[in-house]
Amino acid sequence: MPPPQFLELDDIHKRFAGVHALRGVDLSIREGEVHCLAGENGSGKSTLIKVIAGVHPPEEGRVRIGGSDLDPVTPLESIRRGVQVIYQDFSLFPNLSVAENLALNNEVEQGRRIVRWSRIRATAREALARIRRELPLHRPVGELPVADRQLVAIARALLHDARLVIMDEPTTALTQREVENLFTVIENLRAEGIAILFVSHKLREVLRISERLTILRNGSKVAEGPTTDFDERSITEAMTGRSVRDEKFHYTAGPGARPPVLEVEGLGRPPAYRGVSFRVDPGEIVGITGLLGSGRTELALGLFGLLPAREGSVRLDGQPLRIRSVEEALAAGIAYVPEDRLTEGLFLEQSIHRNIIASILPELAGRFGFLDFARARREVEEWIRDFGIATPNAEVPAQSLSGGNQQRVLLARWLARTPRVLVLNGPTVGVDVGSKEAIHQRLRALAAEGMAVLLLSDDLPEVVSNCNRVLLLREGRLAAEFDESVTEETLNAHFAETAGTAGV
Amino acid sequence: MGRLLRQHEFYVAVILVGFSLLVGLVNPAFFSLWNLFALLKSSAVIGIFSLGLLLVLISGEIDISFPAIGVVALYLTNLFFSGIDYEGTVLLPFLMAAGIGVLLGSINAFVIARFQLPTLIVSLGTLSAFQGFILTFVDTRIINRLSDPMIDYSRSKALSFGGEGGPVYSIHTSVLVFLLLAVVTWILLRYTTLGRGVYALGGDRQATRRAGFRIWKIETFIYLYVGFLAGIAGLIHSAHVRSGNPFDLVGTELNVLAAVVLGGARIGGGRGTVLGTVLGVLLITVMNNSLILLGIPSYWQRFVTGMVLIVAVVLPQVRHLRSPQPA
Repeated sequence: MPPPQFLELDDIHKRFAGVHALRGVDLSIREGEVHCLAGENGSGKSTLIKVIAGVHPPEEGRVRIGGSDLDPVTPLESIRRGVQVIYQDFSLFPNLSVAENLALNNEVEQGRRIVRWSRIRATAREALARIRRELPLHRPVGELPVADRQLVAIARALLHDARLVIMDEPTTALTQREVENLFTVIENLRAEGIAILFVSHKLREVLRISERLTILRNGSKVAEGPTTDFDERSITEAMTGRSVRDEKFHYTAGPGARPPVLEVEGLGRPPAYRGVSFRVDPGEIVGITGLLGSGRTELALGLFGLLPAREGSVRLDGQPLRIRSVEEALAAGIAYVPEDRLTEGLFLEQSIHRNIIASILPELAGRFGFLDFARARREVEEWIRDFGIATPNAEVPAQSLSGGNQQRVLLARWLARTPRVLVLNGPTVGVDVGSKEAIHQRLRALAAEGMAVLLLSDDLPEVVSNCNRVLLLREGRLAAEFDESVTEETLNAHFAETAGTAGV
Repeated sequence: MGRLLRQHEFYVAVILVGFSLLVGLVNPAFFSLWNLFALLKSSAVIGIFSLGLLLVLISGEIDISFPAIGVVALYLTNLFFSGIDYEGTVLLPFLMAAGIGVLLGSINAFVIARFQLPTLIVSLGTLSAFQGFILTFVDTRIINRLSDPMIDYSRSKALSFGGEGGPVYSIHTSVLVFLLLAVVTWILLRYTTLGRGVYALGGDRQATRRAGFRIWKIETFIYLYVGFLAGIAGLIHSAHVRSGNPFDLVGTELNVLAAVVLGGARIGGGRGTVLGTVLGVLLITVMNNSLILLGIPSYWQRFVTGMVLIVAVVLPQVRHLRSPQPA
């Protein structure tokens, strides 16, 4: 006999200022079930989570938790019945110790006024025991790696007698190995009868960890069932509502011998990386992959002049080039799309318009340095149309867009400069499948026009299907090079080797 | 030992001792008991102010209005008690000064918590408004004759020894008051949920709200407490200088800020301890008072304090920038 249903949502409707965010969604999760909620950005996943958490009570429909209806649905009642949400930002205090982070919410909730540190530590140990992990209790949480911070957030959630833990995009900031650890924790919780609702658009993970699957599109449930009934293609099609072409990128050298756009010789900035040599021909998309700490990001920053290389040489179109600052990189025609668009890329509070023209202000400035606003507007309109950025107009702040659209804005900004070399670092991290595909198509089109594209990513499917050559970086050195016949399995095998030699 | 070396307080203590030795070498008079006790006494006012500012800094804000609160409290209190030729216990003036402090603190608290404004901007306004209130609506004259209990307090000692033909050394009561308030603040910050809430607020505002704290309550408490301490510090200052001067104190916020920051409180919030603050206060006091012993002209004081403040905020930042950035 299957375990009883813990959560049942029945025909949920939710509207925000005229937007019909949820249109009659059903969702049910049994006790101890790992359920995945998948969908593109803006499909209603977050809203649905907030309905369950009681933050946004539904206008229509029924919410049943633990066998009886919630009426009304409030945050307090939801928590009382055992629902805990782990938000993407974890809601932790970086300056406080692990122990205090684990116990503080409990203390406040129980209305305690006096702090007994022995009790705090006891609570903390109990919490960590629930996830069968050890963490240094006195260390400030801000000093922990992201994966450990996440464990703190999970352990804290379990203190509230959680029966259902909702994790919002829990793997976004994790390395492969950390994801494995997280999955072990999830397995342990499941064994104790705690249900998990896992929100993700990383298909690979969805398929691995979950037993059942619900897919949302435009606020409606479009598919549901045991995960074994799905594969990557069918999930993608359900999420995007169209069949996805999964063609590999092929590079064909143009007629005649064209000189390489970018030649890198013995580039180094010890200890992050050293002795890195490679070339990128016009029209190539070269992938660079490697585990966190392989020097991948540092290399990218070196090419863009943010962390200038200390050794080696760079040639652009055959001309020697010294990159000592961002200005020099930009002047030479190198553009860089950073890993973290939120903190390093976009001006979140500024309009799409301003975000896009930020990189071409000097070109837009006429005599006396006044901006040609009419031209700026034309440029921006063009990019919005070309990239299919979903926005009412160019004046809305970048932060109001979904992740995929934000990334398109960022790309537009750098492409507006028509660079010779485009360096992208994890261009589709946290981006939904539809946008991901659009971005990949765009990169291929750019390469076809003769731009040299350097794609740094640890998303192996992305690298394999979009690059005609792949370089593997390990501990700051180029460890291997693959041609376009490379498969994920090969790369994975090399990663495993890396982990082995590093003794992790 | 490893843990000790990680503590900011340890380094402040080392610098304090080192600097004292340097001054003592140049001028042995520094290490006379008389001088040390005088230093302790003059650290009391800055010290009490610092305890309040410490809370504000931990919560992630900066307050500069507390000297004005001190001035209003000392001026009104002394005006009233010398006006009625008061003869009773000194506790009553202290109560009144603290009460005025709390009242003015509640104005800060209301504006900051109700309208969710940055404290620095609000207190910039109230600093001027509070002092201006006295000068405009009360009086601008210096009160030269304090009430008798205040005079008695100014001569009072918490502890004295020596004598019997030799010189008498004594520690002033103000030192005891500072110590007592420091202990109270320490307990408050370390052993009350409210105190941990102050740290939480400086760590992550959103997370504090989600943890179930009521932020306006924490903020209101902070500014009431700052007012309370400022009132007491102001009155003690007037006893030390034996006059009620409406132009005093305003300007000392720089010293106080330097002391708290030297003591390891982080601009931006989340970090800071009472022990560190006390050490920072001692360091600033020794520096300010010893420049003369070192033969450096006293107008260097402001320059030196400013430089110390800059160094004190730059050093931790350098360490922060050097540490590996989280991915």
